Amino acid sequence: MSNNEEKIISDAWELGGKTFGSRLLVGTGKYSSPQETKEAVAASGAEIVTVAVRRVNLSDKNKESLLDYLDRDKYRILPNTAGCYTVDDAVRAARLGQAAGLSNWVKLEVIGDEKTLYPDVIGLVEATEILVKEGFVVLPYTNDDVVVAKRLEDAGAAAVMPLAAPIGSGLGLQNPRNIELIMEAVSVPVIVDAGVGTASDAAVVMEMGVAAILMNTGIAKAQKPVMMATAMRQAVEAGRLAYRAGRIPRKRYASASSPIEGMVGG
Amino acid sequence: MRIRINGENREIPSAINLLHLLEKELKLEPLRVAVELNRLIVSREDYKKTIVNENDELEIVHFVGGG
Repeated sequence: MSNNEEKIISDAWELGGKTFGSRLLVGTGKYSSPQETKEAVAASGAEIVTVAVRRVNLSDKNKESLLDYLDRDKYRILPNTAGCYTVDDAVRAARLGQAAGLSNWVKLEVIGDEKTLYPDVIGLVEATEILVKEGFVVLPYTNDDVVVAKRLEDAGAAAVMPLAAPIGSGLGLQNPRNIELIMEAVSVPVIVDAGVGTASDAAVVMEMGVAAILMNTGIAKAQKPVMMATAMRQAVEAGRLAYRAGRIPRKRYASASSPIEGMVGG
Repeated sequence: MRIRINGENREIPSAINLLHLLEKELKLEPLRVAVELNRLIVSREDYKKTIVNENDELEIVHFVGGG
């Protein structure tokens, strides 16, 4: 292996005391089948995979479980508290997720508004405090507000996960300056969660130097989800490498790539 | 006797344990679900010794696709 290749692959990162190679975390919602979910997750190269905690439908005779399709030895299953609008519901969902998955990691959501699915950041900080005290590794989905990010870090969050744009919107990164401020202000990993629509959006986010991206809809609702999962994996890798390589400064005027000496006829 | 599971009333034989309820009455795989009994989580190792009583309220959840 060349020195260059070694440098490229030795880019592991830490989250909640564990080491990961992939910087793409994926959700499992909105797929057309569990088989498609499995193939897309595999293509994404993700090592951390989110799931939702929901009531068992007792009249449903199909007893198939999503977990039958996700190899627990290969993926860290990350239960979320999606759909919870109160601290109490979110904490309850986190505890149930822990009981169902036998892991103390949770992607914490406390939603404050149905139309935008923006987080209720006051409830989010409160729920983070409660769950951290109970020993959870809390990964809160938050807005792109630096003050809230600091509060979450103070409350013991293992990462902060600001949105790029509203959940499922596919708008791409709306406020890069706010993400920069958050990266400067906290020392826990910054994982951009939600709003990525296509590969270039993912690359733009990774080029900023964030630790990782979490996405679901951008892959699951693409025309060809498995192909998009591959595109997102490559974009996250490309964006990360570009960040590490260091881009050239932007200039207003041209700077010739070819030598200006020795011109024919000069 | 009557209990409530996931917000719905249900008739079950009296004095059965939680493991029996899950496996025999509800035909669920106990390792694939998590259970709250009257708002308190029951850990898996306690399923067998936990007796379900009249008017108990259970929440039985599992993992589904989500982001």
